[in-house]
This record gives sequence, structure tokens and C-alpha cells, in this order.
Amino acid sequence: MAIWLNKDSKVIVQGMTGATGMKHTKLMLGDGTNVVGGVNPRKAGQTVDFDGTEVPVFGTVKEAIEKTGANVSVIFVPEKFTKDAVVEAIDAEIPLAVVITEGIAVHDTAAFWAYAGKKGNKTRIIGPNCPGIITPGQSNVGIIPGDITKPGRIGLVSKSGTLTYQMMYELRDIGFSTAVGIGGDPIIGTTHIDALAAFQEDPETDLIVMIGEIGGDAEERAAAFIKENVTKPVVGYVAGFTAPEGKTMGHAGAIVSGSSGTAQAKKEALEAAGVKVGKTPTETAKLAREILSA
Amino acid sequence: MDLFEYQARDLFAKHDVPVLAGEVIDTPEAAREITERLGGKSVVKAQVKVGGRGKAGGVKLAATPDEAVARATDILGMDIKGHTVHKVMIAETAPEILEEYYVSFLLDRANRTFLSIASVEGGMEIEEVAATRPEAVAKIAIDPIDGVDEAKAREIVEAAKFPAEVADKVVNVLIKLWDTFIKSDALLVEVNPLAKVASGEVIALDGKVSLDDNAEFRHPEYEELHDKAAANPLEAAAKEKGLNYVKLDGEVGIIGNGAGLVMSTLDVVAYAGEKHGNVKPANFLDIGGGASAQVMANGLEIILGDPDVKSVFVNVFGGITACDEVANGIVQALKLLEDRGEKVEKPLVVRLDGNNAELGRKILTDANHPLVQRVDTMDGAADKAAELAHAAK
Repeated sequence: MAIWLNKDSKVIVQGMTGATGMKHTKLMLGDGTNVVGGVNPRKAGQTVDFDGTEVPVFGTVKEAIEKTGANVSVIFVPEKFTKDAVVEAIDAEIPLAVVITEGIAVHDTAAFWAYAGKKGNKTRIIGPNCPGIITPGQSNVGIIPGDITKPGRIGLVSKSGTLTYQMMYELRDIGFSTAVGIGGDPIIGTTHIDALAAFQEDPETDLIVMIGEIGGDAEERAAAFIKENVTKPVVGYVAGFTAPEGKTMGHAGAIVSGSSGTAQAKKEALEAAGVKVGKTPTETAKLAREILSA
Repeated sequence: MDLFEYQARDLFAKHDVPVLAGEVIDTPEAAREITERLGGKSVVKAQVKVGGRGKAGGVKLAATPDEAVARATDILGMDIKGHTVHKVMIAETAPEILEEYYVSFLLDRANRTFLSIASVEGGMEIEEVAATRPEAVAKIAIDPIDGVDEAKAREIVEAAKFPAEVADKVVNVLIKLWDTFIKSDALLVEVNPLAKVASGEVIALDGKVSLDDNAEFRHPEYEELHDKAAANPLEAAAKEKGLNYVKLDGEVGIIGNGAGLVMSTLDVVAYAGEKHGNVKPANFLDIGGGASAQVMANGLEIILGDPDVKSVFVNVFGGITACDEVANGIVQALKLLEDRGEKVEKPLVVRLDGNNAELGRKILTDANHPLVQRVDTMDGAADKAAELAHAAK
């Protein structure tokens, strides 16, 4: 069953015909993702050949949905145009929009997030600045390598792309139901809490691994949510204990401001909610392994 | 990017937020002419991106042009909480201040929207007011699409209980300040204090502005707002090469791919350092997804050029990028550096995992570079890098 993405998901790619879109559409198809179309108003009506798979290009998201029944859009549009692309996806009421693009101005994200709310939140937004979502063996939407791990019973939610890969790799023999990278920007659509709630309901997930990092208070909120609502075991990891105050560490949202947003505070909040928190990614994987084999 | 007070003042002026006259200088003598133009007296204000400069002696009144030069001489070069004063603003003296207020617009991460904070108790840190007298601080959510019109501004003014005689003027300031916030792609615009002066006017006497670096693509004017003087030379060099680098104060140079993995690498090295003379990470450097030889060489060059670095830890997880490409990148990077005439003398510990890791490791083994050691787990490699840094310390 997994969460949000499965073998029946029909995926369109906004920005498919750009270099990044082309590269990753090919990889997604290789992982078995059902990519049913691309969107580019200037190339509407054309088709693109990916190793023998012909993928049609549509002028708009709306048209793509009408012609293909698509229910997922993945967005590789450059940062200047991302807001418009997300707004188009929201207007077309696609159930899931995965925004891979990095470097979006936060005013743009705030605007499309507010717009989604005004339109009744019919579109779940994952990202921006995220690696996407994978349900191993079924569908892969975004840039997560499809061959790290196999289907299994761990659910993973993470702010960081490479730490997602690292954790999937550490626990590759056990496998994952779904892994979702929610992104490291100051404003993101889908949060740790959304993923925790979905994994809690998912009968195919036995344990949840949650990866956080410095900045904001998303992990503290997630901890409060876990305490009240999550009965499945949760294992956590937080990156950025050594990050200095006031410096952005790669991700736009990864910044300690004064005494807020520190890794230590996040770790303590998670532990107080009964989450086992590892000191390193490897130790975190070990904790997950111990719980599952108990 | 946080702005200096004078930059915030200029930005406010551009958007018609009422401010006092002021000019920035970096030599004391220039204070004379400006003070003369301001009518013979001025306030000399240290330009540092840290609070509490008044208490530290960084803000002084000057009653004559000569005195302005003397005060500027005192303040330039001063150290305020670890920040050297490179510039002072020579500002118009404020008319008699009757009341001090606080207004700001900012990004509200937790609620994924914008927020207005306002208080009639300005002049001190708003966090302090919020902690001691929360009822004196009004917080009003601002919808990013609807923004701040006159009705919204009036709502803020009423919530914060501004006195009736300044209400219209504060509404006007709020509308202009919102304009500044939106048009500059700001994360924060703060006026503190917003002063009611004897004439009845309200004026922004001091301000803080923080801009969104991600919005630079539509703000060419950001370029000249960067504080080049304060940037660490290694950080400046890295920025020029398009590298995502932050200088830290330890001894183990770090290169990795992906912000999260690199942050994690710093932590793992710091833990390992506890067993090796407390060595710590020397930097944050994320070379991103497609670690080409060129990018790897640029990164290595920056890190090897840091005299604090005693050992280097290259931590790469091959995702889409295959580890054999990364390994080739490292080997070519070392050759590239040697060809450039750079002496590579510091030991490198390389950990490759993920996509094509076996192939990548074999490439490193075959290259047999005397300075490169392979350790195949992240924790093990961090331990080795810390040990080598400690030994070289």
C-alpha cells in the first residue's frame, strides 16, 4: 500500500524537456514509474523518446490530466518559473505535486502555499528543494536513486536528500515501504507530521525513521505529534550539532537563529516523545534494526 | 543576507518609509563635511550586524563637525562583540523623542506564512518585551497573497493599541514597510524604534533588514549589498567558484555531497574528535550532486589552502552520481592541483558508498596516491581523519 505513491500512480513531468527533466524522466522510467506525459506549452503535441518509450508532451497540466488521467506531477522547472508551475498544478487540482527545484525564493513558496490553501488544499505539495518520493518496486518520483534499496516495511521521512540515500543504504536489506524527502527550505508543503500521520495509518509500515536538521521548529512539532498520535516505533536522526549560529548550512532553511533551531533542542524534544535518536546515521540505522529484530 | 543599518535606512528611504538623513563613511575626516551639511551636529553610529552597540559605546552624539570627526575616529576600528567596525553612519540628530514603538514584517516559518509584529513598547529587543510583557506585543498573520492594505494596517495598529493621534501615521508606515518587504524579497524588515517626535511625526530611527539569498536572481541590486570586507577570504574564494562553503574553526577539512550529509559529516567528525585531542571540523563544503573532477579540484584547492586544516575527509554517497566517477574526480583533482603547482601535503581520507562503490574504491586503490587513504564506513573514516588531524597538530 505504501503512502501517497504506488504502482498505479500516473506521473507527468513539468519541465520534462529541460536537461534535468530529461535525465530524470529517463531514470524514473527505468525504475518502472508510469510516466504518462510531460508539460511544456512550447512543445505541446510532440513526443519524446526515452529508450523506446514514447512520452507525449502536453501544453498544460490540465490537458495532460484530461488526456492521461495523471494524478502526480513532478516539477523540474527552473526556480524563476517554479511558482507559476506549482500554481498551474494547483489549478488543475492534481492530487500530488512534487517540487524538486532548488533555490526558490521563499516569497514564491509562501505565495503558492497560500494559494493551495485558498483552493482547498486539493493538491498535496512535497518540497520544494527535495529529492522526491519513492515507493520501492512500484514508483519513483523525483531524483532518489531507485536501486539503493528494495521494498520493505520501514517508512522514511527526511529533510535531506543525501541523508535519505544514506539511510536507505544502511537499511537496504530490510527495505522501505515509502521514503519521502520533504526538503530543506524554510517553507515546505508536506511536513514531517504529514508523513508520520500517513505512515501511522499505513498497514505496510512497521517502523518510521525520521531525519531532521537544524533550523525552524518542525522537529519539535513532530515530537509533540508523535507523543499524541504515533504508536509505531519511530527512530530519529538530527544533523547539524556542530553548525555555528547564524550561518546557513547549504539548505536555505538550515540555520540556527539565536538559541532557536538547534540540533540539541530537536534531539531532546524527540527523545522526550519516546523517539530513539542516533548520534550518527549508522547508529540510527542500528537502532532501527534492533527494534525490528526484537 | 542581513543588512547594515545604513543599508536598511537607504532601502526604507527608497520605499518612502520616513527616516532621518544619514550617510555612511569609512574614514573619520569625511564626518566633518556631512555634519556641516546636517546643520553642525550629528550622531555617529557604528555599522555592525550585532545588537547592543549603544551600550558598547558605538553610538555617540557630536555637537560640532570637529567632534563628529573625533567620535568617528574613536568608533572606527572598534571591536563590538567580535565585530570590527569598518564603517560609521553620520546621521541627522533625532528631534525630541516622545515615544518609541516597534513594527516589523517577517517570514513565519512555523505557520508557513508572513507575520506582523507590533508594539507600543519599542526601543528594546522585542524578544525581551514578548518575554516580560507578552500582552504588549501584537502578532498578526499576513496572507502572502492578500498582503497589507489599509484595512490590514489598521488592524495591526488597533491590535497593538497605538495611540489615536499617531494611528494614521503608523498605518502609512506599515503600508510602506510592507512594500519594502515584498519588493525586496525580505525575510525580515524591522523598525525599532519607530519614534514619535515632538513635531508629531513618526520616524524610523533604526532598522534591521534580512534579504532572501534565493531571490538574488531577480534583485541585481543585492550584489552591492554583500559585505565583502567581513567575508572570510576562504569563503569569498569559494563563493567566486560557486561552492557552498562555510569556514569553521577546527582542523579536519570536510568535502561531501548534499547539505544534510555534509552537516552530518561535521557532527560525526566532532564526535570522533572527542577521542583524538578534540579536533573539530574546519569547514562545511557541499559540492552537490554531480561532483565532477573540476568541482572536486576547486573544493580541494579551497580546503588545502586553509592553514588550519591538518587532514581532509572526503565523504561521498553516490546517489545518481556513480562512485567510480567520484573516484576518478578525486584522482584527477589531485593531478589537476599538482599541475597547477599546488603542493598537496595533507592526508586525505576518502569514504565512498552507494552507487558503484566497489568500482570507485578500486579506482582509488589502483591510483595508489600516497596521501589518499580509503575507509569504507562514514564513522570509521571520520575517526581516521580525526586521528590524522590530531597527529599533525
